[in-house]
Amino acid sequence: MRRPSFPLWLVSGFLYVFMYAPIVVVIVFSFNVAKHGGPWTGFTTEWYQQLLRPAYSIASELKVVEYREHIKQLELRTLFNKISEILLQPRNDKWSAAINTGILAFASTILATALGTMLGYGLSRYWFPGKKLFSLLMYIPVVIPDIVMAVAMLSFYAMVRDWLGLFELGMTTMIIAHITFQIPFVAIVVRSRLAGMDPAIEEAAHDLGASSWQTFWHVTFPLMLPGVLAGAMLAFTLSLDDFVVSFFTTGPGATTLPILIYSSVKRGITPDINALSTLIVLASVIGTLGVTLLQRPAKPSGG
Amino acid sequence: MAIQTPAIEVENLVRQFGDVFALDHVSVSIRKGEFFSLLGPSGCGKTTLLRCIGGLDIPDEGVIRIDGTDAREIPAHKRPVNTVFQSYALFPHLTVRGNIAFGLQMKKVAKPEIEERVKRVMDMVQIAKLADRKPAQLSGGQKQRVALARAIVNEPSVLLLDEPLGALDLKLRKELQIELLALQRRLGITFVYVTHDQEEALVMSDRIAVMRAGKIEQMGEAEALYENPRTRYVSTFLGSCNLLEATVRQRTPTGAVVQTTVGELRVEGSIPDRNKFTLAIRPEKVALCAPGESAGENRIKVKVVEVIYIGSETHYVLKAGEQPLSAEAMNVKVGHQGFDIGQDAVVHLPAAGLLVLDD
Repeated sequence: MRRPSFPLWLVSGFLYVFMYAPIVVVIVFSFNVAKHGGPWTGFTTEWYQQLLRPAYSIASELKVVEYREHIKQLELRTLFNKISEILLQPRNDKWSAAINTGILAFASTILATALGTMLGYGLSRYWFPGKKLFSLLMYIPVVIPDIVMAVAMLSFYAMVRDWLGLFELGMTTMIIAHITFQIPFVAIVVRSRLAGMDPAIEEAAHDLGASSWQTFWHVTFPLMLPGVLAGAMLAFTLSLDDFVVSFFTTGPGATTLPILIYSSVKRGITPDINALSTLIVLASVIGTLGVTLLQRPAKPSGG
Repeated sequence: MAIQTPAIEVENLVRQFGDVFALDHVSVSIRKGEFFSLLGPSGCGKTTLLRCIGGLDIPDEGVIRIDGTDAREIPAHKRPVNTVFQSYALFPHLTVRGNIAFGLQMKKVAKPEIEERVKRVMDMVQIAKLADRKPAQLSGGQKQRVALARAIVNEPSVLLLDEPLGALDLKLRKELQIELLALQRRLGITFVYVTHDQEEALVMSDRIAVMRAGKIEQMGEAEALYENPRTRYVSTFLGSCNLLEATVRQRTPTGAVVQTTVGELRVEGSIPDRNKFTLAIRPEKVALCAPGESAGENRIKVKVVEVIYIGSETHYVLKAGEQPLSAEAMNVKVGHQGFDIGQDAVVHLPAAGLLVLDD
């Protein structure tokens, strides 16, 4: 490994400053006392407390639920209803946006991971006519601009609504739209994980008496699991950050955090928005770190 | 000896990849308990044949019988054979113990029995200490032992080995050759062993099939194959050989007198009807003498071009006129072996050592 020369240091230094300075500004000003933004007037955690206040009340309300009793009585449905009632109770606009973002991210990630994993496995392990074309088409949602994707989804929904009366804009349409752009990311990660696997490993399983199904569950799936999880984290992070597609496919009552932030900043950037953004950055960083850890290459089996 | 059902019977097997015949009407019968080697350079079809027997590749034509049963319709996971892969193909997410138990678990063998059999096999190949390690923590030789244990724990009727020692260094390779051979004798399992290493095939095999371009060129016991190669290809792939083009001068009751580039030679044995053929003689059958020393028939004057001293023996590159010849001699004398570069000498090609090849 060579040491970089001074000009290289300089260039990379600038690069990092440009990349991270805005984020640092957001984080720093989320601790600013001044209510309507503007110059630094002092340090406070007031905005975080405000944001997280509903979390405290939710925690205290959740504490009261008699879990043991419900589970003993097998009243799982009642228990589920109680918990979701506490979680979904409208508290303030930021909190319900956070809940919406969470529902959207979790629901779309789970479904996109299941579908994307199947797609990645199929593309890596089967041959069918038109496979090459299909592999290329899979990249379209990855490469086309979000705005085009968003407009396409919106007009598609409008068309289907005219014909069938389905797809009233709201959480469901947003979830479907997110799944659409998440699937290829999951599939690509899963497929590359499978491509790095020695094909003899699956043959060995067959040879040792495992049927196709046993081979998949006992060998292939455990080996591709890190890829599946990495794909899921990537999908989750993408959904969490998404503004454009959500903005176009959302309906009344289904505001997400990015949309909320967009509409608030039109009235000026306030420290509580900075605090909210900081929390979102934190969630994304955790997700990305997870992907990086899981994406480390499998330890080689030879040599 | 009673007539036994062969462990493996292959008839007219064909496997085509595009225009290339990986297997071109191959027929072979492998006896029970035999150590059978498929020897050939890469791309000769030996691995394809092994994969077809194991069910990992499907032949386009032909029949495969395992223990007398037609195996064509039996999928890989139901065949009574196991494979040791060239890349070992250990399951990276399982421990050594988990790898070895895999086959028995898939067959739903009772847990206590699995434990006992896994332990016994680990002791047999001396890896009991590694039981809880993952494959990534093993050396090449250890992985090889795990791959072997994982296969033999299932007590297959035939074990297929695809260049199992190919990735190991020479010393370890030689050790494991002996160990593998001892294991085979002890277990009595039929071994079908793929290798491109002719020495390895000679050391280990009861019988060897030399393959070339999807066909079996010659098959036989190691010694018979080495002493009586029938083609140029076999004579030079299995060991090395001096090849001489010969034209028949005169046929005699016991053989013939032929003209070659090194002069007139007397040849023994059955002589083909055609008048031109190739003669082969192994370098160690070429007897090198000093010019004055008396030697037998088929004497040829040569010049020593190169002397390669390798301890127990010396290899000589000679020239008889323009014809290069190689000779090998055991260094039985004490002290200097007696021939130097540039020296004139005489070789003697014993008639019994001159083999008439088919092509």
